[in-house]
Amino acid sequence: MASQGIEIKDLYKIFGPHGEKYVEAVKNGMSKAELNEKHGHVLGLKDINISMPAGKIQVVMGLSGSGKSTLIRHINRLIDPTTGSVQYEDVDVCQMSDAELLNFRRHKTAMVFQKFALLPHRTVIQNTVYGLEIQGIDKAEAKKRAQRWIERVGLDGFEDHYPNQLSGGMQQRVGLARALTNDADILLMDEAFSALDPLIRTDMQSVLLDIQEELKKTIVFITHDLDEALRLGDRIAILRDGEVIQQGTGQEIVLHPADAYISDFVQEVNRGRVIAVETIMDKTPLQGDIKIEVKPDDRLETAAQAMSSQEENRANVRDNSGNLVGSLQLKDTISAMVTAVRH
Amino acid sequence: MWDWYEFPAIGRTDLRDFKKAGDQAFLEFSRAYGESLENFFRPLLNFLVWFEKLLINSPWPVVMGIIALLVWLGSRSWQLVVGSLASLALIGYMGMWENTMYTLALVSVATLVCIIIGIPFGILMSKSDRIQAIVTPVLDFMQTVPAFVYLIPIILLLGLGKIPGLIAVCIYAIPPVVRLTNLGIRLVDKDVLEAADAFGASPRQKLWSVQMPLALPNIFAGVNQTIMMALAMVVVAALIGVRGLGMEVLKAVNNQYITLGFMNGLAIMAIAIVFDRVSQKFGKRLQKHSEVIHG
Repeated sequence: MASQGIEIKDLYKIFGPHGEKYVEAVKNGMSKAELNEKHGHVLGLKDINISMPAGKIQVVMGLSGSGKSTLIRHINRLIDPTTGSVQYEDVDVCQMSDAELLNFRRHKTAMVFQKFALLPHRTVIQNTVYGLEIQGIDKAEAKKRAQRWIERVGLDGFEDHYPNQLSGGMQQRVGLARALTNDADILLMDEAFSALDPLIRTDMQSVLLDIQEELKKTIVFITHDLDEALRLGDRIAILRDGEVIQQGTGQEIVLHPADAYISDFVQEVNRGRVIAVETIMDKTPLQGDIKIEVKPDDRLETAAQAMSSQEENRANVRDNSGNLVGSLQLKDTISAMVTAVRH
Repeated sequence: MWDWYEFPAIGRTDLRDFKKAGDQAFLEFSRAYGESLENFFRPLLNFLVWFEKLLINSPWPVVMGIIALLVWLGSRSWQLVVGSLASLALIGYMGMWENTMYTLALVSVATLVCIIIGIPFGILMSKSDRIQAIVTPVLDFMQTVPAFVYLIPIILLLGLGKIPGLIAVCIYAIPPVVRLTNLGIRLVDKDVLEAADAFGASPRQKLWSVQMPLALPNIFAGVNQTIMMALAMVVVAALIGVRGLGMEVLKAVNNQYITLGFMNGLAIMAIAIVFDRVSQKFGKRLQKHSEVIHG
């Protein structure tokens, strides 16, 4: 398990030949449009502060042009920041020398790409060992490790196929196997599932959650899809025009959207799958003959199903250590599932 | 009165002095460095001579066998093997075997030199826009200035013979392999390069694991063009005393021997076609991974 999270502090990225000249102006409130029109520079990221938890999935969500792909590329410094820092294990990635950076990329990070970015002239197995090959690991050993992940992502039998003989979903499995074979603490996933069909996407999300259950890596997952963000993210940061406009757990964002922009997004979400029982329960357990018991971290949908399938309209909440901690009415559950907070 | 009909040129005397000064300067340069240049190229000359002798002194069935084997290894096509052997047999039967061997040796060595010099130059060009900006006009110059023009200083420096001939052929034939190496590397998919970066590949690792393999089909197209251009220069090289089929063509031109001209011309063409088809098939086989595409 990864021991430390990633701390992104005061990160600014201004694209253009003299980005550093305009940081002060942007800090003092110059808008993205003004920077672009008057000075020909593009504001990529503005005042980003995110603390990405160790061993968890941090989702960064935003629409295209929000700066999310730029942000993830700062973590392994495929893009250099204008100012600010990215701390991992008490080292600032932005201050690393070229050699340190190569080493950091080889051993601490692995990345999965939206367009797969497989090496077209190499077979599945040759693609999967790529990271290890770069590290200089012995061929037989690399192959052995790669084989394990090829099987884990469901690609056994395809080792000697070339990427363009595979479907998109299969290609991204190769991308995932290639990243996992690196055995790095940090897994960077840049819209990794966005190019896949909806069914295959759900499938790949399950594969990822499954693997994460076991590995507990620090995953940074970029997406433009709120459902995907809510399903995968232990924490979510929402980006717009290069700024973080809200961050928190999925539930916090759904229940308390920071502004109209986010509440618009959140409207379409299946709230029953996001909100936990403990969020809306009554802190006093019910007395008497209560047939249904649910857990505090069950989602409302699960609780509602449990009640309605037994034709009950109330339930008690019992935590993992066996104590009754609260109660739930079916009508409250349903209303929490259907009412959205409006701005 | 200003004369609008005669261009205001610098005048006969000045022009003569200008040309004289240029020639004089070059002659002095040639006197000073000609010999060391000759020494510099001697290993190349020795190699060319050795290769010619090898081709001419080996029994013809052995040479044909080796050529057949190379054609097969390159193209994996029986038709091409049979075709090449048939053309070689006809060339030999018509008495052009020895000259063909000279030409083959020259073109092979010239191609080798072009590859050894051209590919690293192409790689350098692809790494830096500044180098590209400098090298591109030089390549344009090499391809457009009439060959006879740069034959003059080459002859002044190195005299007549195989080496000046080889150099003239290389100057003319090297641009495609340089250009297409540069182009091939620059065309490599940026996403794949980014992935190599993300995995911590050093510039050298990136070059050998991603850029060169993916540029190979283009580089090979360049090598193919280089071979074709080297063959096209065979007649010009004959002007400065390079033996081979080109020399016979030249003899035919000077004496209006139609049949001799066509015989040797067609022999050059036959070699060109064999080289071209084999290298194209080989280039195609390098791209095998891109052939099968998922529905």
